[in-house]
Amino acid sequence: MEATVALLLNFAIPAVIVTAIFIALLLFALPREVRTIFKREVKSYFNSPIAYVCVVIFLLISNGITFWFGGLLESGEASLYVSYFQYLPWYFVVVAPAVGMRLWSEEQRLGTMELMLTMPIAPWHAIVGKYLAAGVVIFAMLVLSFPIVWVINYLGNPDNGVIMAGFVATFLTALCFLAVTSVVSAFTRSQIVALLISIGICLLLWLGGLQPVSQAVTSLKGGWLVFWPVLKFINGIGILPHFSELAKGVLGFRDIIFFLTFIAFCLFSTAVVLRVKRA
Amino acid sequence: MIEVKNLSKHFGEKVAVDNISFTVEKGEVLGFLGPNGAGKSTTMRMVTGYLPCSAGEITVGGADILDEEIAAKSKIGYLPENAPLYSDMTVEDFLRFCAEMRRVPADQIDAAVDKAIDTCFLQRVRQQSVDTLSKGFRHRTCLAQSIIHDPEVLILDEPTDGLDPNQKHEVRNLIKRMGETKAIIFSTHILEEVEASCSRAIIIDRGRIIADGTPDQLKAKARNAGAVFLRATGLASSGIRQELEKLAEVQGVNVLESSENGITARVLPNKGKDKQLPEAIFQLAVSKGLKVHELRVEEGRLDELFREITRTDTED
Repeated sequence: MEATVALLLNFAIPAVIVTAIFIALLLFALPREVRTIFKREVKSYFNSPIAYVCVVIFLLISNGITFWFGGLLESGEASLYVSYFQYLPWYFVVVAPAVGMRLWSEEQRLGTMELMLTMPIAPWHAIVGKYLAAGVVIFAMLVLSFPIVWVINYLGNPDNGVIMAGFVATFLTALCFLAVTSVVSAFTRSQIVALLISIGICLLLWLGGLQPVSQAVTSLKGGWLVFWPVLKFINGIGILPHFSELAKGVLGFRDIIFFLTFIAFCLFSTAVVLRVKRA
Repeated sequence: MIEVKNLSKHFGEKVAVDNISFTVEKGEVLGFLGPNGAGKSTTMRMVTGYLPCSAGEITVGGADILDEEIAAKSKIGYLPENAPLYSDMTVEDFLRFCAEMRRVPADQIDAAVDKAIDTCFLQRVRQQSVDTLSKGFRHRTCLAQSIIHDPEVLILDEPTDGLDPNQKHEVRNLIKRMGETKAIIFSTHILEEVEASCSRAIIIDRGRIIADGTPDQLKAKARNAGAVFLRATGLASSGIRQELEKLAEVQGVNVLESSENGITARVLPNKGKDKQLPEAIFQLAVSKGLKVHELRVEEGRLDELFREITRTDTED
């Protein structure tokens, strides 16, 4: 009991409060239009089954795999990286596109994009507002996966700082996948197409950073003429190395910059796609 | 309020709008007429800043729609074609959202929403979710959205589409009423609508303006404008026809129905003689002892003009 209280006081409550304050500050710093769109989108997510379905499926799979597949209990280690965080981005390869697939495809299908973009706002207001709302759904998933932290604290004496870093790394990775989905959804009015293509691209981004790919890049070194630069590029923007550094508790400035740049680039691309589509 | 100069829009090779210019002042209601695919919606989308134009210039209330985008857009209320709505909101929430986005001051939002709901007869569905609304209500909800911030400029793409006759009548009156203080453009292919609520009309075909004027001016351009419709008995139709053709005012007689003892015909006036024509026919009838059952001047109908000048080739 004492351990639980301590955990709540020292870890969970501060973590949630800090993140919530961060999001609130971010919204406060942004123009009123962004907040209005953000509010509408968040309501819309939680009025429809999609957010709940995504959250529940995510929680079931992530916790299930941790115990059966990740061998949390057998490992005898008071850490979550190997059994939990290592797998999380794999789910988000699917879950983030599922959350984000409606971002712009739904607007195009309903025709509301025409309303939205003829209002006295800049397009980036809408892009950022909608994106942040989808980010809140991802955030809710991570907050609700808190019991796993409680379990590990109950069983042993983990470094909660590292666990926090794991959540931050996962959140940023999921946000990257969400940003990719935002671009893809701007291309099509079909949510299913947006979902499938986004999953494909996110998978590529995730796999691109895996060890075998990096090894292939070094060992081939310019072989396979055309294919090699492509491989090198995919390896270069692979998210995995940045994720694993962060998740292991190494708060590298470069990794954070990578994530933020990646997200900013995708949101900018969304604006470009929406603009080109109309021209 | 709205100034459009040499506006063009290409989609790849296809020219959707070709060098259109017009202006709309405050207090004017401009009707956009044209067959489907003529470029009406494309033009309106450019005026509202949704589509960028390929060439030309658009200013709304003195602000360029591309260079001073936000200033220009904040003056406009827009009802897009097919009245799109966020289907997961209630009518009231949707209007509240639009009011916020349109920068209605926070303390006036309630009043603005109430007013828009009253104006568009939405009281009954106020708390209803948008995706359960009938087409007429959906349309009026979107119309309410366009007037919620009391804009100086209103752009309505087929505002009466999908409404029943009573609702159509209401919306036309609404447009006419609002037209006294705003600059309004609306598109339609219902011609009586133009006569009912426009102060000026433009006919567009294949991206070009092919007629521009008040509804009366346009009607006068119709082929049968000024013709006299006559139904008379007392002589055989051929005889009446001969007598009519002798008149100096008559250019031709278009026989619609003939019998042993009478005629139904459209009498076309000679150029510049249309004012004298009815009188001349009446005099003729009196002198020949004809019984006149019907004698009226045809005004020329907009749909006639519309059909004449927008007769598009079927292959495109």
